[in-house]
Amino acid sequence: MYDLVVIGGGPAGLAAAYQAYQHGLRNILILERDKELGGILNQCIHNGFGLHRFGEQLTGPEYAGRFIKMLNDTNVQVSLDTMVLDVTPDKKVHCVSKKEGYRIIDAKSVILCMGCRERTRGAIGIPGTRPAGIYTAGTAQRYANIEGYMVGKRVLILGSGDIGLIMARRMTLEGAKVLACVELMPYSSGLTRNIVQCLQDFNIPLYLSHTITDIQGNGRVEKVIVAKVGPDRKPIPGTEMEFDCDTILLSVGLIPENELTRQAGIEMDPHTKGAVVYENMETSIPGVFASGNVVQVHDLVDFVSGESELAGASAAEYVEKGEPESGRVLNLQVGDGVGYTVPQRVRMGNVDKNVTVSFRVRRIYGTSSIVVKSGDTVVARFKRERMTPGEMEHITLPRVLLEKAPQDTLTVQAEEAQKS
Amino acid sequence: MYDVAIIGCGVVGAATAYALSRYDMKVVVLEAENDVAEGATKANSAILHAGFDPEPNTSMARLNVDGIALAKQICDRLDVPYKICGSLVLALSPEELPHLQHLYDNGIANGVPDIHLLSAEETLQREPNLSKTVQGALWAPSAGIISPWEYALAMIEVAVRNGVELRRSCPVSNIRKKDGVFSVSIPSDTVEAKYVINAAGVYSDKIHNMICKPSFHIIPTRGEYYVLDKNEGELVHSTIFQCPSKVGKGVLVSPTVDGNLIVGPNAEEVGPEDRGCTAAGLSFIAETARRSVPGFSLGDSIRNFAGVRANVDTGDFIIGEAPDVENFIDLAGIKSPGLSSSAAIALEVIKIFQKKRVLPEKKKDYKDGRKKIHFKQLSAEEKAKLVHEHPEYGRVICRCETVTEGEILNAIHSDVPARTIDGVKRRCNAGMGRCQGGFCGPRVLEILCRELHIDPLQVLQDRDGSYVLESETKQGGKHHV
Ligand SMILES: Cc1cc2nc3c(=O)[nH]c(=O)nc-3n(C[C@H](O)[C@H](O)[C@H](O)COP(=O)(O)OP(=O)(O)OC[C@H]3O[C@@H](n4cnc5c(N)ncnc54)[C@H](O)[C@@H]3O)c2cc1C
Ligand SMILES: Cc1cc2nc3c(=O)[nH]c(=O)nc-3n(C[C@H](O)[C@H](O)[C@H](O)COP(=O)(O)OP(=O)(O)OC[C@H]3O[C@@H](n4cnc5c(N)ncnc54)[C@H](O)[C@@H]3O)c2cc1C
Repeated sequence: MYDLVVIGGGPAGLAAAYQAYQHGLRNILILERDKELGGILNQCIHNGFGLHRFGEQLTGPEYAGRFIKMLNDTNVQVSLDTMVLDVTPDKKVHCVSKKEGYRIIDAKSVILCMGCRERTRGAIGIPGTRPAGIYTAGTAQRYANIEGYMVGKRVLILGSGDIGLIMARRMTLEGAKVLACVELMPYSSGLTRNIVQCLQDFNIPLYLSHTITDIQGNGRVEKVIVAKVGPDRKPIPGTEMEFDCDTILLSVGLIPENELTRQAGIEMDPHTKGAVVYENMETSIPGVFASGNVVQVHDLVDFVSGESELAGASAAEYVEKGEPESGRVLNLQVGDGVGYTVPQRVRMGNVDKNVTVSFRVRRIYGTSSIVVKSGDTVVARFKRERMTPGEMEHITLPRVLLEKAPQDTLTVQAEEAQKS
Repeated sequence: MYDVAIIGCGVVGAATAYALSRYDMKVVVLEAENDVAEGATKANSAILHAGFDPEPNTSMARLNVDGIALAKQICDRLDVPYKICGSLVLALSPEELPHLQHLYDNGIANGVPDIHLLSAEETLQREPNLSKTVQGALWAPSAGIISPWEYALAMIEVAVRNGVELRRSCPVSNIRKKDGVFSVSIPSDTVEAKYVINAAGVYSDKIHNMICKPSFHIIPTRGEYYVLDKNEGELVHSTIFQCPSKVGKGVLVSPTVDGNLIVGPNAEEVGPEDRGCTAAGLSFIAETARRSVPGFSLGDSIRNFAGVRANVDTGDFIIGEAPDVENFIDLAGIKSPGLSSSAAIALEVIKIFQKKRVLPEKKKDYKDGRKKIHFKQLSAEEKAKLVHEHPEYGRVICRCETVTEGEILNAIHSDVPARTIDGVKRRCNAGMGRCQGGFCGPRVLEILCRELHIDPLQVLQDRDGSYVLESETKQGGKHHV
């Protein structure tokens, strides 16, 4: 019987396991499907990781390496090349590996850190033929950075997510021609710094409010048609542009990888597509926690680590003290302009001083406020210069303010500042 | 010299090869593509139609009803996934009710077992997620769903195991006949055979016209689809058809054998190579399908595809010896329900040979049957035992579909080996799931290179020309296995 089994050895799993160890757990096992720890970071050889946490610009492998090194000084066990197939509500973890065969592991607590996957062509229904040469940006990144192969030489990028932007630069540096980055929305979904450093610095045009309307080619992509879209996001006839290219990279969003979560019967949030979590990252099954991209898609790994340390500490507390006193439970709701919140529930009995809430807005906001309401009562208000869907927002709600909420629901909403 | 050359290895060519492989004759199958089942057979609705659609007394009607009975036996024998889930044709307005009666009458005349008409309440009881506007339905319990390419693959694999020769990447470009022997031209070779069987799908008129007088014309007709994630797979439990209407042929919504949901098709005359989807086509099928099943979520779409039907100007299947060329047998214009009918079509060929009194003895040492390992479907104990005995089943390569290295190795070393990434996918489902090979693609590529001793740059996604990788990076490919 393990005190804690962590599923997934990416930055979330590493931080969670380390923190649980720091909080006194000694019998910890990380299960990782890949041959190495580090998760998606292993293929992110660009820098820009760790600015918040270490105040340094690290590459993905370097960032992961710091956590792996910290773990080396603990007795946390790791099973690599091991796939978790099933987690049951009574915390039995079914997993399989070539080396150790099929195992059913008993755990006092579990942390789900399975990360996320990329949305594919099918998810957005791009018309046209189905040749080779259409990759998610992450798959192309894996080929280039881990396997050492280029997937093509004349490239069009659909979607302006960070991975796509980073691949625009990477493919260019490797000698490919990146013709354009095409984004359906009137704004980019990537970080501003990536737009500047990966597109503008290389003169790669960004077409906002555009999309692909046709793909041609039989064996391999030969031609792509791009058109402008109207406010209804439907292509405007007559605005078509043709691109001769052999490759399309898709950077059209990430989806938390929650097959195990769903199978275990854990309550899911339709907004995040991850588990509903409490203030301490616990899911609807006591003793099962979740953190990282499996809960919500983060843009910065530093925040993944932070969230996961909370999950690790909470798991340790659960193993030592059992379920926390819940007391009053506040439900967080999505208000105007807000896409989701994490956590979705707050047990007042488990709140020490304050609770940090993360969320994303649905469109670009200039000078504005984030308003937290309970019924008609404004519980808290936070000023912002600018908010974009591409960058995650955080607010910290002090316990004293939460106590003043007249109702058990809190609504988080975005408000444009009044122009006077 | 071969006894028989079959042109085309879709489900019809494969079924014919399987039927003939029982007899002591030398058979070769010539397939243009680099893998089997690449034509209509891989891109259709995957329905075993009950058999009430074809007009009575057509060969379609007879072969459909006989064909699905045979299909069920073959699937059991060859371990091909199928499910008898039944089908409903909905009347969505009172005007459509007479059409149900017409289909019912057809079905009775065609000998479709156990069909009956349901009231609106009975229909909704069966399928609560249907549109509340439903007025009634025709219920056909014998209809089913199948893995169409696996069906074709299984039959050709057993045929090959029993001595049939399969030659892929062999497009037939010409046929001549001299002294009773056909010379069939393929790239840099000519194959000689006493009989030629034309199972070339959408090109069956071209093949026919290479040696016979033109007597029919194929009208390639495209149908487009959505495949939705398994999350949506429970929305309906049987195949839901609509009555054909003025706005078009009805669109169906059906579970698939893998537990996904399939939505489509439309019908549009196109060129034989037009396998692309269009924005108009996709939105048409989505909107039309919502008339019968309003609640599916297109956000859960994982794949779109289109298939091209070999519709034919004569209406019925064209099955038989060409009137002007002895020993040239057409299996042409095999449009829907061709998948359902294929096993019965193959028996027609046997009957033709019997009638001509040229059928040899059956092989004494025939090895029928086929068993596949589907790791995902095993119980925990069975999984544990399998991995203990064969550790390669302990490495999960495709995480969406839980496909192990062992299953991928089986695909690459089967009787009709997979040579491409999609070839692996069709044989064991790796890459079929919601990430569509984003994770496992590079790993399948690695295994293909290792097992086939080829360079990563040679690996194809699917058809010829569909290379996956362009070049090494500046640092070079340090491919590690
Ligand atoms: C391509 C890309 C570029 C990025 N660039 C930046 C950047 O420049 N700067 C920045 O700060 N952040 C960046 N990020 C974000 C940051 O790296 C991620 O937010 C972070 O890696 C998420 O960590 P995670 O542990 O939740 O997920 P992952 O890193 O995805 O780890 C999940 C792990 O779980 C394993 N796993 C999943 N399922 C199972 C199972 N059933 N059994 C066993 N193991 C399993 C996986 O193999 C994987 O190792 C980038 C992210 C991506 C995808
Ligand atoms: C959209 C759609 C939906 C359908 N739905 C259903 C359904 O639900 N149920 C049902 O029963 N049926 C259905 N059908 C019909 C069914 O798919 C076909 O009848 C069946 O697959 C036909 O098989 P085939 O072997 O004749 O043709 P194909 O599978 O097209 O095979 C023909 C083969 O011939 C090869 N070939 C062509 N030219 C040459 C050449 N010159 N040399 C060598 N080889 C050549 C091709 O490469 C191909 O592999 C549907 C069809 C479509 C397109």
